Amino acid sequence: MSVALNATGLGKRYGNRWALRDCSLRVPAGRITGLVGPNGAGKTTLLRMAVGLIKPTAGEISVFGWSPTEQPALVLARVGFVPQDRPLYRRFTVGEILQLGRHLNPRWDQAAAVARLARLEIALNRKVGQLSGGQQAQVSLALALGKRPDLLLLDEPLSNLDPLARREFLRALVEVVAADGLSVILSSHIVAELERVCDHLVILNGGRVQVVGDIDELVAHHKLLIAPRLDPALIDGDATVVQATHTDRQSAMLVKVGSRPVRPDWEVHDVSLEEVVLAYLGNPGAATLPAPALEKVG
Amino acid sequence: MIHFHLDARSGVPTYIQLVDQVRRATRNGTLHAGDRLPTAREVVAALAINPNTVLKAYTQLESEGLVISRPGLGTFIAQGIPAPLAPALQRQLRRGLDSWIRSAAAAGLDREGMLALINLAVDEKDKKGEHVA
Repeated sequence: MSVALNATGLGKRYGNRWALRDCSLRVPAGRITGLVGPNGAGKTTLLRMAVGLIKPTAGEISVFGWSPTEQPALVLARVGFVPQDRPLYRRFTVGEILQLGRHLNPRWDQAAAVARLARLEIALNRKVGQLSGGQQAQVSLALALGKRPDLLLLDEPLSNLDPLARREFLRALVEVVAADGLSVILSSHIVAELERVCDHLVILNGGRVQVVGDIDELVAHHKLLIAPRLDPALIDGDATVVQATHTDRQSAMLVKVGSRPVRPDWEVHDVSLEEVVLAYLGNPGAATLPAPALEKVG
Repeated sequence: MIHFHLDARSGVPTYIQLVDQVRRATRNGTLHAGDRLPTAREVVAALAINPNTVLKAYTQLESEGLVISRPGLGTFIAQGIPAPLAPALQRQLRRGLDSWIRSAAAAGLDREGMLALINLAVDEKDKKGEHVA
């Protein structure tokens, strides 16, 4: 597996609060990875450390094998970053924004950036401040892609976009991935949309990595069991309970299934990615991490 | 050319939805041997989904022998797939089913009740070894 981003025991402390702690994960190259978690989970901190904007307090992070703080030129030449709220100069025209990109980036692809915006019918003489939120998001994406990055980091790219603009933004994104095969990490609250677009998932919760894995596998390996009311500790086989809710008659448990089948008298239901994510976020003690990442912790 | 669509609420993984749609299209005669499937880029542009999802679906179809990938040319429906049901036979089966549905509705069964009964009947046939594919 070729690795785009690798973190080992990574941590960032502000005063006595850890924004991110003991973070060990590998993000595979050539994939679209969703970074999910509540506000303050450490998503932005992780992304900003990946481009060297923040220096780690503990542990290490590398992008394509290079350190963002020690080898910034090597990392920044290959990474595109669209920060939260898409900061753009509102009084610049779209054309001036592209000119800025061309001056700042040696690998800049002006023709591709112009063609991309033309397809979206965003005129180069428009002022950025006059564009809709969806169009501003597209300009930010064009700016980040103009440098022809191998890894694109998007921090909450869908926030403040209406459903149509979200769909158009994600469509533009997956088309680039299909054409150029770059790696993408995008953070978001909107799990339903991530499910279509992402094939890999990282859940951060309270500054820690809670889940890392391929989305298809995560969905396939989690089930909802409905059983007569019982203690989750009595669960048969080697399933792990992520979340359990009980009524006076029944227990509903979202479990990570093991290798042995569950009891035949229990109802087994498939779950959506959103249900899996919510179960983990609601239960910070549960975790699903690939074995190599676990070994590195501590 | 097949036109893929997605049901976000079904809970069925996207790649399996694509696989099922190709299977169904070959069974009902929408797709024939030799037909080309849309490229990953075409599917991605139409559905705004991850390109790897399309590739995963096509790999699965290929491992089942339903499609053949010709590098540089595309992915094609394989020769020798089972022929779709003849339209006359399909209409005849459908008429039998329609009359069964009318009786079931008259007996007070709703949609779920009917599907449950059909599933049960097919399962039991399966268990007796009379294979229903």
